[in-house]
Amino acid sequence: MTAAGTSESAPVATPEIARGTWLVVPLYNEAPVIREVVEHTRRTFPNVVCVDDGSSDGSAEEARAGGAHVVQHAVNLGQGAALQTGIRYALQDPGARWIVTFDADGQHRTEDALRMVERLQAEPLDIVIGSRFLDGRTKPGLLKRLVLRAAVIFQRVTSGVRLTDAHNGLRAMTREAAGRIRITQNRMAHASEIVDQLGELELRYAEEPVHVIYTDYSRSKGQSLWNSVNILSELIFK
Amino acid sequence: MDTGKIVIQIILIIGLAVPAIILLLPTRGARGLALRRLTMLAALIVGIIAVIFPSLANAVANAVGVGRGADLLLYGLIIVFIGYGLSTSAHLRKVDRQISELTRELAIAEAKPPAPSSTAAEEH
Ligand SMILES: Nc1nc2c(ncn2[C@@H]2O[C@H](COP(=O)(O)OP(=O)(O)OP(=O)(O)O)[C@@H](O)[C@H]2O)c(=O)[nH]1
Ligand SMILES: [Mg+2]
Repeated sequence: MTAAGTSESAPVATPEIARGTWLVVPLYNEAPVIREVVEHTRRTFPNVVCVDDGSSDGSAEEARAGGAHVVQHAVNLGQGAALQTGIRYALQDPGARWIVTFDADGQHRTEDALRMVERLQAEPLDIVIGSRFLDGRTKPGLLKRLVLRAAVIFQRVTSGVRLTDAHNGLRAMTREAAGRIRITQNRMAHASEIVDQLGELELRYAEEPVHVIYTDYSRSKGQSLWNSVNILSELIFK
Repeated sequence: MDTGKIVIQIILIIGLAVPAIILLLPTRGARGLALRRLTMLAALIVGIIAVIFPSLANAVANAVGVGRGADLLLYGLIIVFIGYGLSTSAHLRKVDRQISELTRELAIAEAKPPAPSSTAAEEH
């Protein structure tokens, strides 16, 4: 295990998947790890776009050094806005067939992303969403687990979409689905917004068990639980 | 003065409900701004009238069932304050969205267009 939580061996994608997949990575002040994360994921998925959101620590340069395409917001807008920008950017490539949203902090595994794209290729699905809770590998801590449970229940009631993990940043979608989803929630509430749209657009979705790695680095930087209050208020006062 | 109390209660409830409804309805451009301006204008005119005829506030207060003119002014102030706050925050959200769109367009326009990369292995 390295600092970014990535393992040494990189899974191999078919040429079709390697060419047709774009990783969209929201990036905000992750300079210590982003280069390694990009280098590692690019061994499987060569097309990576990092959307730097006014980072103050040289994240953009590090991402470029790792070989990623970098799109830079002039001011910080938030993770949701960054995803929408990255998707728009990637869809400019007519060869883009699948879009994967992938975190910059080394919490996601390339293997998981690859399995999700393979499912899109093989099954009649529009979007595959990662879930931390379909098996016991991910250890988010008790309070975080409770908040995420509550979010899942809230989601079921408001959107009718039944998922086990409401706020997982690892998703894979087809070009068509990516083009239809509109993220208007700039900050963290975008995760619920995407799920709402799955319901409204009647997209065919499935969940895939993924392992989210909680390293000391990601724990020190991750979402404070206070943010769940903000997310809720952003969802109510749209 | 029970009927009087009901009068002021109705006025206050309407005063709070109207901005709430306006907030929930989708605003089309000019209306929100115009309403904000009209509200401010009305508040200023009421203020001027209250200064010119200090006894008027008391008389109106008694008519609607409030003890003193000062209380009535306070109620009015609360309503205007809340309504103004709500409409301003709706306006700010709209501006937020516009800034996002602008920032996004700019970011994409300035970035190199997305030519597909060769695999990392081939580059080495
Ligand atoms: N562009 C952009 N990216 C952000 C922003 N905030 C966070 N991110 C990125 O979003 C990803 C996930 O952020 P985290 O804060 O780890 O959120 P999380 O993974 O949902 O929460 P944890 O489970 O606590 O790790 C990382 O790649 C961050 O760099 C932001 O304001 N703008
Ligand atoms: Mg994280």
